[in-house]
Amino acid sequence: MKPDYQSKIGSEAERLELRDRLAGKFRSFLPDESVLVDEEDLRPYECDGLSAYRQLPMICVLPHDIEQVQSVMRICSELEVPVVARGAGTGLSGGALPLNDGVLLSLSRFNQIIEVDEANRTARVQPGVRNLAISEHVSDLGLYYAPDPSSQIACSIGGNVAENSGGVHCLKYGLTVHNILKLEVVTVDGELITIGNDTYDSPGLDLLALMTGSEGMLGVIVEITVKLLPKPEVARVVLAAFDDVQRAGDAVAGIIGAGIIPGGLEMMDNPSIRAAEDFVRAGYPVDAAAILLCELDGTEEEVVDDIERVRGLLQGCGATEVRVAADDDERARFWSGRKGAFPAVGRISPDYYCIDGTIPRRHLGHVLTRISELSDEFGLRVANVFHAGDGNLHPLILYDANIEGELERTEQLGGKILEMCVEVGGTVTGEHGVGIEKINEMCIQFTDGALTQFHAVKAAFDPDGLLNPGKAVPTLARCAEFGAMHVHGGNLPHPELERF
Amino acid sequence: MVASDKAGFADPAIAALASQVVDAAASGTALRIVGGDTKRFYGGTLDGEVVSTAGLTGVISYDPTELVVHVGAGTTLTELQETLRNEGQMLAFEPPHFGAGSTVGGMVAAGVSGPRRPFGGSVRDHVLGAGLINGRGEHLAFGGQVMKNVAGYDVSRLVTGSLGTLGIITDVSFKVLPLPAFEQTLRLDHIDAGEAITLMSGWMSTAAPISALAHTSGSLYVRLSGARKAVQASAKTLGGDVVDDGDVFWTQLRDHTLDDLGGDDVLWRVCVSPATPALDFGDAARCTIDWGGAQRWVTGYQGDIESVRALASGAGGHATLFRGASDRSTVFAPLAPAVLKIQSRLKAAFDPKGIFNPGRLYADF
Repeated sequence: MKPDYQSKIGSEAERLELRDRLAGKFRSFLPDESVLVDEEDLRPYECDGLSAYRQLPMICVLPHDIEQVQSVMRICSELEVPVVARGAGTGLSGGALPLNDGVLLSLSRFNQIIEVDEANRTARVQPGVRNLAISEHVSDLGLYYAPDPSSQIACSIGGNVAENSGGVHCLKYGLTVHNILKLEVVTVDGELITIGNDTYDSPGLDLLALMTGSEGMLGVIVEITVKLLPKPEVARVVLAAFDDVQRAGDAVAGIIGAGIIPGGLEMMDNPSIRAAEDFVRAGYPVDAAAILLCELDGTEEEVVDDIERVRGLLQGCGATEVRVAADDDERARFWSGRKGAFPAVGRISPDYYCIDGTIPRRHLGHVLTRISELSDEFGLRVANVFHAGDGNLHPLILYDANIEGELERTEQLGGKILEMCVEVGGTVTGEHGVGIEKINEMCIQFTDGALTQFHAVKAAFDPDGLLNPGKAVPTLARCAEFGAMHVHGGNLPHPELERF
Repeated sequence: MVASDKAGFADPAIAALASQVVDAAASGTALRIVGGDTKRFYGGTLDGEVVSTAGLTGVISYDPTELVVHVGAGTTLTELQETLRNEGQMLAFEPPHFGAGSTVGGMVAAGVSGPRRPFGGSVRDHVLGAGLINGRGEHLAFGGQVMKNVAGYDVSRLVTGSLGTLGIITDVSFKVLPLPAFEQTLRLDHIDAGEAITLMSGWMSTAAPISALAHTSGSLYVRLSGARKAVQASAKTLGGDVVDDGDVFWTQLRDHTLDDLGGDDVLWRVCVSPATPALDFGDAARCTIDWGGAQRWVTGYQGDIESVRALASGAGGHATLFRGASDRSTVFAPLAPAVLKIQSRLKAAFDPKGIFNPGRLYADF
């Protein structure tokens, strides 16, 4: 799969000439080690967390202040060179996949926490700061930054904003969009603008919401003001086992229907439970069809109350076993299996492919049954982990990239699962973003009119289409082609064409 | 997949609106989008032929255990809230009712949230999806009925607070939350604004189950929401007297029927970072503080517009002429030129002929 992007470069000679010209211009204000052109230096930037897609950029720049970013953008605008911004490169949808004739703009040197405002519970941070580093930095003040994507030890806050990242606590504490106040953004033509402010809203159209999750298509984020929350007094976790997945799903509905909003509410199916247990020895019941982890947080009184109610609800919903973590150690152990689920699956299969759909929870039983049927049909194992509280499902498809055709089949299976998510009223991406990975599935979820409107939104920020072109929103031409492919029932035409 | 099918309406109501839009775009006629018309006092100039969302009523889908409701834009807020209350749920942003006929579409278009906002989130925080008729008369669906959804630009949150300048909102999906099991309001008397701000700021840094904090006429009001024991334990720590009819106070604050907020006076909304010390609006001014310090309602202000705007932006925020302005051309704080340029282009991206609510947000669009 290639981005919907037509290079303006006619020949390799022309490309190298442009590269050298750009390098000369960048080196007038950046030190040599911040302008990379050699293949060995560019190699680390050829992909993000979705390593099935690789492309060396033409040139990579690593500015360390905002003025330098502005200069890079001015030069690229003037020469009409596309720019792909990159944070920590942990994204799972290929959003930071470079372009052969483009500049890769790394924000990794923007790694400072500029200021913490304790009284207003906010922090001004640079985009390259790691997500977890923010919470660690303010921990002594009794505060933390709530969104916690599973990559939080490595992923950067700038990337979190670009993807509107979630995590396991979204149901109660929201996504990135709910936890930021202000952005400093460099526009495509190098202007620095402020979006949002230090209070809870700002006048005019809500550009802060629009920028969040815009996948680097609208501007380059160079500073973020995040909200910090007081740490809950207490957090306790309950583990429940079920001999039937649907029953576990019903238990989730039961808890929420009873008016309880857990801090975290996660489900794992049997293959995930086994993989996780083998990996971290979390003490999971390996024969269970599904387990639920339900974390309750708040004041001591609140949590004590809720734990008892949840225990009763789970038993009433047919749990075969309900365990309440006795202390923080056991709580950490319960979570360790869930948090280590992806690497655990990585141990039992040479490769795995993570899908990221969201569904209305009531369809969970149907969707999991269908995934299991598809798994048989395609001859590929699937382990499911599920942010059960908010409906975000991560089927992990196990495959071996060394077996010819297996990645292709994996991608087809993934596509089928996402189509089903849309059919039941959900979405093709809950938190990983569209990037290049799910660009075809966007054609299923949105009408041509909506896609055209998205392109118009982008053009309002970036009339020449230089910011991360070809990602996130498919062209109508692509959808027409994909639609035609679709009719042929999974047998893709042109098997000779390269597909990832 | 036809967008109007997705939105759940019989075609005629949508089709009629869409064709009205197409005609207006062709003739260059301005349209003034109206739900209950209870917020006609709010925003910039009112201009254009009235186009009503009255035909778009009703709850389209609601499953309480999903915490999601999908509802037509012309549905009254009262009806929606009644539906939710019957299932023990609520809109956590506590939207104001500025009149009996307030509609869901108007609430979203205005994007105004009530006292629970700092603790429960804003209108846009709870919007999950929206249907929109754009300036080309196309009916489009954005977002959806699920909580986590990052497919496509977040247009449904962009239209929240856009005052109808981007199109006609036809239907909206919201995240809803359970009603608190128990609530209690406390009042601490003889406290001035400065002390109140310090106290509120301190409390907001704790895990206490606070759901509203306000200061008016020398009294500090605290609302606690949650499990009964948790609320009672916190109430002991915070101090003050229990207010028996606490709900009445919060409703009055929310709907601007408190003495200090109502009336014909010009009402300024000054938003700042919450811990900003008491601001000096002049001797004649009265200030009611909501949102734990972040939202300050000011009446009786005698100074000029530039001064109050400077005061607000100096404290990290902005000032809006919320109600009663004689000149409605500059009710919202001016935007930086580069931001205005983007916003004007965005407006044109949805509404190329500039027919929807011209001047309601900014004179430029």
